[in-house]
Amino acid sequence: MGGSLNANHLMFLGYGALWTIGLSVIGLLGGGIAGFVVALCRISPSRIVRFLSTGYVQLIQGTPLLVIMFLTYFGLPALGVTVSPLTAAGASLTIFVSAYLGEIWRGCFESVPKPQWEAAEGLALSRSQRMLKVILPQAIRIATPPTVGFMVQIIKNTSLASVVGFVELARSGQIINNSLFEPFLIYTIIAVIYFALCYPLSRFSHRLEKRGDPARIELEAA
Amino acid sequence: MHKITRTDNASSVVGLSNVHKSFGPLKVLNGVSFEVNRGEVLVLIGRSGSGKSTALRCIDRFETIDSGEIVVCGHRVSDPKLDLRALRQDVGIVFQSYNLFPHLTIEENITLAPCSVKGISKAQAKEQARRVLAQVGLEDKLHQYPEQLSGGQQQRAAIARSLAMQPKVMLFDEVTSALDPELTGEVLKVIEALAADGMTMVMVTHEMGFARGIANRVVFMHHGKVHETGSAAILTSPATPELAQFVGTGL
Repeated sequence: MGGSLNANHLMFLGYGALWTIGLSVIGLLGGGIAGFVVALCRISPSRIVRFLSTGYVQLIQGTPLLVIMFLTYFGLPALGVTVSPLTAAGASLTIFVSAYLGEIWRGCFESVPKPQWEAAEGLALSRSQRMLKVILPQAIRIATPPTVGFMVQIIKNTSLASVVGFVELARSGQIINNSLFEPFLIYTIIAVIYFALCYPLSRFSHRLEKRGDPARIELEAA
Repeated sequence: MHKITRTDNASSVVGLSNVHKSFGPLKVLNGVSFEVNRGEVLVLIGRSGSGKSTALRCIDRFETIDSGEIVVCGHRVSDPKLDLRALRQDVGIVFQSYNLFPHLTIEENITLAPCSVKGISKAQAKEQARRVLAQVGLEDKLHQYPEQLSGGQQQRAAIARSLAMQPKVMLFDEVTSALDPELTGEVLKVIEALAADGMTMVMVTHEMGFARGIANRVVFMHHGKVHETGSAAILTSPATPELAQFVGTGL
């Protein structure tokens, strides 16, 4: 209909892909920071903090990201707060990612063997010292492979931002298809780009998992 | 109801009086009392489930008690307002599973607490690490990671880590139970040397021969109670049939 695929179209797709990456980074950073707080709250000694954070995680995990996007983009203006598509998509992803990463990391904290906590307590370390110097370094090792694996989910989920009019990779594909009407070709290209973004991360995650203990690697390298 | 009569014996380092503790419906400690004076070695023995490990863990407040009183180096352990970190600076504890921090070298394992808790300088802490490692015969392992050491070496390093905090009393919770006889021997030698230096110690052990040699006092626990107590001599001539049976099966 509207001519054939040319360099300009590909440029446009490339631009969309960059926004997909950008939005993923926003989701990872925002969700990472919030998720770290969620994880700490989930293992807090305070019951009320644990209760509230558990509620938050269950609420978010039980809500589709698509609905969170609708709520922030269409719901908030109804309450008098106008948000741009980027803000709505970024905030929604941050909320979504924080619940999942918070839960993944809680599991990682808790999988540091209990005697490690006790040994640190027995040495009179304060709670924050135990966390920072004993538990966190071990938890990070455990957390790295699943976190990298979850980044794949973040990248794929950014495609939902297209529903609030944010032009990332999927939305830019739709726009081009609207003028070219070559859905099979265009969406194949889109799929290949997503795959190219996600596959290296998946592979990296698997390698990290197999490799295990970084201490040994550092020693072997030395 | 039970008025605590705390002996103001200046040399008492650890004192339990009439301690009760339950895990749910299970009564683990049923009125346990004993006292450890400065420089003494008290050995807790008894069958699995007799409450000896729980009694030891209560001393360092890893378990809270239901009633009774525990006083350790002047700290009232049973007091809800207890300064836990002050207590744990005075008490060193070594566990069955070593529990060295796997991401740190032996030196870092040892200097971590003195630097972060006592605030001594890195250089001073390293100097001290060298000294305590020499004490347990591992001065050449400073820069190794725990997993590069044998079980016996790891346990000795764990003892050194506790010693670096200069505790007033050391607790040993079945520290050789995970080791084969040869490695057990090297760990016990270190503990013997500590006793000879006058360290106050409370230990749970199944090594009867070792207990005989090192204990100033033996406490035999049975069904959550101190069933028989006395000098190491009770291990060879027990007064109660339960202890007789226990040491008999141990030979």
